[in-house]
Amino acid sequence: MNTETLIPKVLITKVGFDGHDRGSRVVAAALRDAGMEVIYTPPWQEIANVVKLATEEDVDVIGISSLATDHLIVPKLMTALRAGGLGDVAVVVGGIVPDEDERMLLDAGVARVFHPGTALAEIAGFVREAAHGVRARRAHA
Amino acid sequence: MNKPLDNTLLGRPDPLAGLRDAHVRWQHDYADQIGTEREAVNRSGVAIKPLYTALDWDARTHAGLSAMPGQPPYTRGIYATMHRGRTWTQRQLIGLGTPQDYNARLLEVMAQGADAVSLIPCNSVFRGVDMDESHIELLGTCGTVVNTAEHMDRALQGVDLARTSCAMNDPSPFTLLAFMLAAARKRGTDWRAITGTSNQSDYLSHYVANHMFFRIALPGARRILGDHIAFCQQQVPKWNPMSVVGQHMQQAGATPAQAVAFTIATAIQNAQDCIERGMAPDDFLPRFTFFFDISISFFEEIAKFRAARRVWAAVARERLGARDPRSWRFKFHAQTSGIDLTRQQPLNNIARVTVQAIAGILGGLQSLHTDAYDEALSCPSEQGARIAVATQNILREEAHLTDVIDPLGGSYYVESLTDRMQAEIERVLAQVDDAGGMYRAVEAGLVQRMIGESARQFQRRIDSGEQTVVGVNAYRTEEDASARPINERPDRAAMQAHIDAFKAYKAGRSQGEVLRALDALARAAGDPKDNVFGRVIEAAQAGCTHGEIVATLRRELGFGHVQAMV
Repeated sequence: MNTETLIPKVLITKVGFDGHDRGSRVVAAALRDAGMEVIYTPPWQEIANVVKLATEEDVDVIGISSLATDHLIVPKLMTALRAGGLGDVAVVVGGIVPDEDERMLLDAGVARVFHPGTALAEIAGFVREAAHGVRARRAHA
Repeated sequence: MNKPLDNTLLGRPDPLAGLRDAHVRWQHDYADQIGTEREAVNRSGVAIKPLYTALDWDARTHAGLSAMPGQPPYTRGIYATMHRGRTWTQRQLIGLGTPQDYNARLLEVMAQGADAVSLIPCNSVFRGVDMDESHIELLGTCGTVVNTAEHMDRALQGVDLARTSCAMNDPSPFTLLAFMLAAARKRGTDWRAITGTSNQSDYLSHYVANHMFFRIALPGARRILGDHIAFCQQQVPKWNPMSVVGQHMQQAGATPAQAVAFTIATAIQNAQDCIERGMAPDDFLPRFTFFFDISISFFEEIAKFRAARRVWAAVARERLGARDPRSWRFKFHAQTSGIDLTRQQPLNNIARVTVQAIAGILGGLQSLHTDAYDEALSCPSEQGARIAVATQNILREEAHLTDVIDPLGGSYYVESLTDRMQAEIERVLAQVDDAGGMYRAVEAGLVQRMIGESARQFQRRIDSGEQTVVGVNAYRTEEDASARPINERPDRAAMQAHIDAFKAYKAGRSQGEVLRALDALARAAGDPKDNVFGRVIEAAQAGCTHGEIVATLRRELGFGHVQAMV
C-alpha cells in the first residue's frame, strides 16, 4: 500500500480552560492549505471528548494548542488515548511550552512540541510525515 | 493629489511653490538612487510613502482636526494637561496561585511603584467553574484561584478599597466585582467611594476573540451587561462598568485599524442597548473606557490612538447624541502586545516592550501594562514582572517622554498617517454597520472571518521573511536553554490546602441562605424587570461560590458556546 498518496487526517483542538485560538486557527488553516483533512473544534475540549472524536474521525494526528499551561494535562490525554485503543495516533503540541514541560511531554509520548516562531511549513511537513508513519504502522498491524 | 491652495486661485503666489519644485527634484533623486523598491504597507494595509512634507499635511488646513488637547476631536489628547498633569496609571496585571500568593505579589509590585490593583483570576474561574471541579494541574498557573467573597477579601488584604483603583478581569456575570463589593461592605467601605474598572465586560470581544471569557450565551450576556451598567451607575457610581476591548481582537489577528473599528462598533452597540433600556447617553458614556493592544508597528500605533480619539468623539456626539464632553473622551488602557514577543532570544523582548510602550505613551494612553519579557516562554516570572514595572518607571521618569503633550503632533508623517488610519477605521466601521451592527456582525461570523484572514496574512508575511522577526526568521543564534528563566508553578500542597479549605467552607455555610440566593438569581434571569447583577452581589454576600452563580445563570440563560471557525 502506497502511504505517500494518502491524505493525512488531523484533529486540531485545545484542552483545559484557555480559549486563545489564534494559533490553532492559523495552524489548522495551514494544514488544510497543505492538502490535509482537518477536523477543528472549539477550545476547552474534555479529554474524553478528544478521544471520542479521534476515534469517530479515525485521525492520524492530534494537534493540541496550548497558550496558558493547558499542556500540563496532555499526559492525561495520552493515557486516555492508549486506554481507548488509540496509542498509535501521533500527538503534537504547539504553543507556550517551557523547556522542562517539553521534556515531560515527550516522556509521556508526545511526538513533537512546536514553539512560537515555528514556520507553518515546518509544522505541515512534520505532521505529514507523522501521518504517513501512523498509516504505515497500521497497515503492518 | 495635492490641491492648490485657494490663494493661487485668487492670483496670489502659491506659498508652497518652492516646496513643490524641491519635492519634484527629490522624487527624481530618490528614484535614481533607490532602484527597485517594494511598496511599504503597514499592518493595517495603509501604503506608506518614503517621505512626508507639507504637501501631504498642512497645519493650516488641519487646524480643526488638530485642536488643542482637551478639545474635540481630541486628536492631541483627551485632557488639557495630559501626561504633564498626571502620567498614566501603572497597572500591571497580576494573577497567580492562591489568594495569599496573589496578595504577597500585589503588595510587592505596589511597593515598587504600581499604583493600582489588577486581578487576573485562574483560567478555571474564566471558564466559570470552581476549583473542586478542575484539574489541579491547571489551578493557579495563570491566575489566582478566587471562588468566594472571602477569597477576594484575602487577596486584597492591606489594600484600601476606597483609595485604590481596582481593575477586575471579570467577565459576565461579574462575580469578582460582586465578591469585592461584598468584601467592601464587610470592611465598612462605602461602595460610592470605590473606583476601578470591569476590565472584561465586553462579551462581544469574548465571543469573537477571547473565547475563554465567554460564559453565557449571547442574548443573556447582552442582558446582564445592561443590568451591570445600570446597577453600577446607581450604586457604585465611580466604577467603570464597561471596558470595550480591542486588545483581544488585535491579539487574535485583527489589524490595528480593524481592532479600533470593531471596538468602536462594540461601544456603539452597547450604548444603543443602554439607550433602548431608557438610559441617557451622558449618564453612562463618561464611564465607558477602552482597552487596546500596542504592537511594535511604532508610528502606526501612535496614529491609531490619535485617529481612534477622533472617530470616537464624532460617534459619541453625532451618532449617540451625547452632549457632555466627558462622553466624547476616548479614555484607554493599553497593553504591550504579546504576539510580537519571541521565545527565541527572550531578553530581546525587553527592547520590544519598550518600543511598544513608548508608542502607547506618545499615543496618549491613560493606563499602561507592560508585558514581561518571558511571556512567550511561560506565564511571567517574578523577575520578568519586576523588569516590566521598571521599564515603565524608566520611561516615565528618566526618558523625558512626558515633558511635552502630543510631541509628534505636527509631524507631516504622523498627522498624515492619522488621517489615513482614520479613513481605514471608518471603512471597516461601515462594513460592520452594513452587516447590521456589531451584534449581528459577530452572530454572522463576519468579524471572526476578517480577524482570521488578517492573522493568516500576517503569519504568511513572517514565514516568507517579508516581515523580519529577530531571532525567529532572521539573526538566529544557538541558544542556551539553561539561561532561560525558571518557570514558577504554584505550590501543589498549598493549592491542595486551598481546595480542602474551600470544601470545608462550602460544607459550613448556611445552606438555606445559599439556596434562597441562587433561587432569587434564577428568577431574576427570567424577569427582565429585575437586575441580575444585583442578585449576583446578594448571592456573593450569602456565601455562594463563583461556580454556583455561573452555573445557575447558564442554566437559565444558556451556556456560552462559541463558533469553531478556521
